Amino acid sequence: MSAHADTHAHDDDHGHHHKETFVTKYIFSQDHKMIAKQYLITGTIMGVIGVLMSIMFRMQIAWPEEPNVLFEALLGKWAPGGVMDADIYLALVTIHGTIMVFFVLTAGLSGTFSNLLIPLQIGARDMASGFLNMVSYWLFFLSSVIMIISLFVEAGPAAAGWTIYPPLSALPMASGGSGMGMTLWLVSMAIFIASSLLGSLNYVVTVINLRTKGMSMTRLPLTIWAFFVTAIIGIVSFPVLLSAALLLIMDRSFGTSFFLSDIFIQGEVLHYQGGSPVLFEHLFWFLGHPEVYIVILPAMGLVSEIMATSSRKPIFGYRAMIMSILAIAFLSTIVWGHHMFISGMNPFLGSVFTFTTLLIAIPSAVKAFNWITTIWKGNIQMNPAMLFSIGFVSTFITGGLTGIILGDSALDINVHDTYFVIAHFHLVMGISALYGMFAGIYHWFPKMFGRMLNKNLGYIHFWVTAICAYGVFFPMHFIGMAGLPRRYYTNSNFPLFDDLANANVVITIFAIIGGAFQLVYLWNFFYSIFFGKRTVQNPWRSTTLEWTTPVEHIHGNWEGDIPHVYRWSYDYSKPGHDVDFVPQNVPLKDGEEELQH
Amino acid sequence: MTAFLTLIIVLFIAVAIWQMVKIFDLAQVGSSNSPVATDKDNTINAYLMMGFLVFIYAITIISFWYLGDLPLMSNSASEHGPDIDNLMIISMIVIFIVQTITQFLLHYFAFKYKGEKGKQALFYADNNTLEAIWTFVPVIVLAGLIIYGLFTWTAIMNVDESEDPLIVELYAQQFSWKARYGGADNTLGLANVRLIDIDRANILGLDEADPNAQDDVITTELHLPVGVPVLFKMRSQDVLHSAYMPHFRAQMNCVPGMITQFGFTPTVTTKDMRQNPDIQEKVANINALRLENKEQVEARGQELMYEFDYLLLCNKICGKSHYNMQMKIIVETQEEYDAWMKEQKLFKDSLTK
Repeated sequence: MSAHADTHAHDDDHGHHHKETFVTKYIFSQDHKMIAKQYLITGTIMGVIGVLMSIMFRMQIAWPEEPNVLFEALLGKWAPGGVMDADIYLALVTIHGTIMVFFVLTAGLSGTFSNLLIPLQIGARDMASGFLNMVSYWLFFLSSVIMIISLFVEAGPAAAGWTIYPPLSALPMASGGSGMGMTLWLVSMAIFIASSLLGSLNYVVTVINLRTKGMSMTRLPLTIWAFFVTAIIGIVSFPVLLSAALLLIMDRSFGTSFFLSDIFIQGEVLHYQGGSPVLFEHLFWFLGHPEVYIVILPAMGLVSEIMATSSRKPIFGYRAMIMSILAIAFLSTIVWGHHMFISGMNPFLGSVFTFTTLLIAIPSAVKAFNWITTIWKGNIQMNPAMLFSIGFVSTFITGGLTGIILGDSALDINVHDTYFVIAHFHLVMGISALYGMFAGIYHWFPKMFGRMLNKNLGYIHFWVTAICAYGVFFPMHFIGMAGLPRRYYTNSNFPLFDDLANANVVITIFAIIGGAFQLVYLWNFFYSIFFGKRTVQNPWRSTTLEWTTPVEHIHGNWEGDIPHVYRWSYDYSKPGHDVDFVPQNVPLKDGEEELQH
Repeated sequence: MTAFLTLIIVLFIAVAIWQMVKIFDLAQVGSSNSPVATDKDNTINAYLMMGFLVFIYAITIISFWYLGDLPLMSNSASEHGPDIDNLMIISMIVIFIVQTITQFLLHYFAFKYKGEKGKQALFYADNNTLEAIWTFVPVIVLAGLIIYGLFTWTAIMNVDESEDPLIVELYAQQFSWKARYGGADNTLGLANVRLIDIDRANILGLDEADPNAQDDVITTELHLPVGVPVLFKMRSQDVLHSAYMPHFRAQMNCVPGMITQFGFTPTVTTKDMRQNPDIQEKVANINALRLENKEQVEARGQELMYEFDYLLLCNKICGKSHYNMQMKIIVETQEEYDAWMKEQKLFKDSLTK
């Protein structure tokens, strides 16, 4: 009897006898691999929208007074005669930022790869809670739908910048977008945060509890370390944004004064008394800054893994890589004030935040040098994933270095909120994280879909994107140092900036070409899902556990028992072995030493 | 016409993609059509890596060549300006050294160690000495920058009120600026937006009963005497704004419900700045561009020729016309300033009964 119960439980583990319907398999799936694909495809769709918006407002900046058929076709009443309205310009900027930061680079990146790789790389049959995982995805989907709906409301979508500082975001009379558009924005973000928290809790619990036998924390691939720490940062900081959003909803709809005080607008004094917008800035950036690490850490994890695999070398300084992830995570929660040097807060506080901010450069430098040393004397396989990983390190360095200017309060006075800032953060966390995401997609596409992406299209995609990314954002540093503020609908009211007009045209042309070439990727992606070359089990000859699972997805991941782990995940080109990679589930040979790291 | 152009561009891009796929495909001849990088792919991409390194250096040089005339790193017009500019230049030099070296190492290694069949990578997992070097070198460099930065910051932000600075209020509203001077007593009268009375032309909400408010002067242009320390008190009546005065290396947010402050000493009059060769070159350049686009400029209703002026810009998103929220700043000699001030109406006289 008990033997029978045992086998049954065993079977249940693998789930072969489950009859799955279309709905449970593709829609309300609780399988982490399907949920990962759902995140990826939703994130991709949001990404297309976000990039299209950026191309529209770049066109507006380059050719401010010219009618544009694209505007007329896509913006309708907001572009009468093809001339863009100033309100919709700010709305495009706002929604572009929101979509790219949260919907693409948080949910699309972290959601996809945490879900795909955590169970597969630690040797688990699924996430700790498949149900919560499903709820997390559908909340994300719901928040995406609401964000899209907000684009179509009568008075326009939210237009207060992605940072939605009150009072602008709180008062419908201050900006058209601060009516229904902002309400939907806040509702969407509140749901998004709930989704993110459910996901993060699941990731943390899974990594702590479900590692297979032998998978100690110091044998984990760096991807898992990155996802794990990212989830913890999310759990610590997202609730603070939720509280800020809730208080803002109270101010907007129930007449409280958390963030508002002494306001005279459109001929009348409002009743608000005693609140402060600076409080909102603190709450917002308490998430807002860690958020950039929530975006970049998973990309760092993916890149570390791909660089080691493609260089056929162990990652250099595994332990230092983990320590620097932890240091960055810790520091990321105490630097938010560097967004507020000139917000009116006490200058002494500015000094403290300058100090903590510049400290972050140290673990970041360690990571960059460790990546460079990882490829040194390697046998580098130039797959598209590796190109994007090298591209990641390049943009991370270029963008990161200017952080020592913006993090320095004295220098921030003069470049704050100029295009210098746009250049900095797009390179260091926008483009870099996007590269990390692309690298991950090219690398794990065979694991996700059982087919390979076309590498030649991948090469074209990378090289054009790489050139355009620098073409767009590098000159922006200089425009910023010339004093041009961001979020200006047109610069033509300032003859002072006339000599920057041509540079803005060049930037926009790079943006259009770069944006257009993402179509190559989209084609490759959707075509290869159905018609790509079928993959072998371990196409990149990698050591990690996900490549020991069958190509065809099965519920429970492994046919038989879960493999045990005997070594770290970076035994590439280890002397004493015939092949240049030794998977983690291969026991140590007689007399072979595991590296002490 | 635009639709046609767009179509042509899309067509060109499609052709370009097709051609590039063909190039990559042709490069594959001989090797099996493997979905994984072959030695040939490794070689081509390794050379492209070196090409990309050249591209990064080139775009740096080109950007400096065409845009490197950086008004924010030279010709500051305030006493603390040169401190910020020096710090900026030092930081930039550090950045460019690190950038040049690390990008070279990254791309050169990618080129040099390209994959080849049968090649053995070096099993090299750790080196504490190396890691200690690239931990402590940044520590030392950053420590220097932090210390220099903090001294500069503290010097700028701690206004010495014993110097008896000229007190000026900068008042922000959607979408314009006002300046308020304290008058003969150099003391601003009490004010709150609740006291705004448009009918009586009390537009900044001054307390009409406050004796200090009587001789206050409200203007739409900011005049400053050269060489005199100014302490700005910022106020906003509606949403967040930011008073950005790039030529003076000065910026501070204007926050409804509180008074923020920033102080500096202007050192160059508008007249002198117009004589500065760098500025003259810049203005000549701008005017050449304006002549080229004469029709556009005139369609905007602007004067064709541009003359240099210091500006106060709004640099915090504040709504629809954020892009056009500016005020002219005029720095002049004490005598010119006094003469101008004499012409202004005092608050008590500006009220309508």
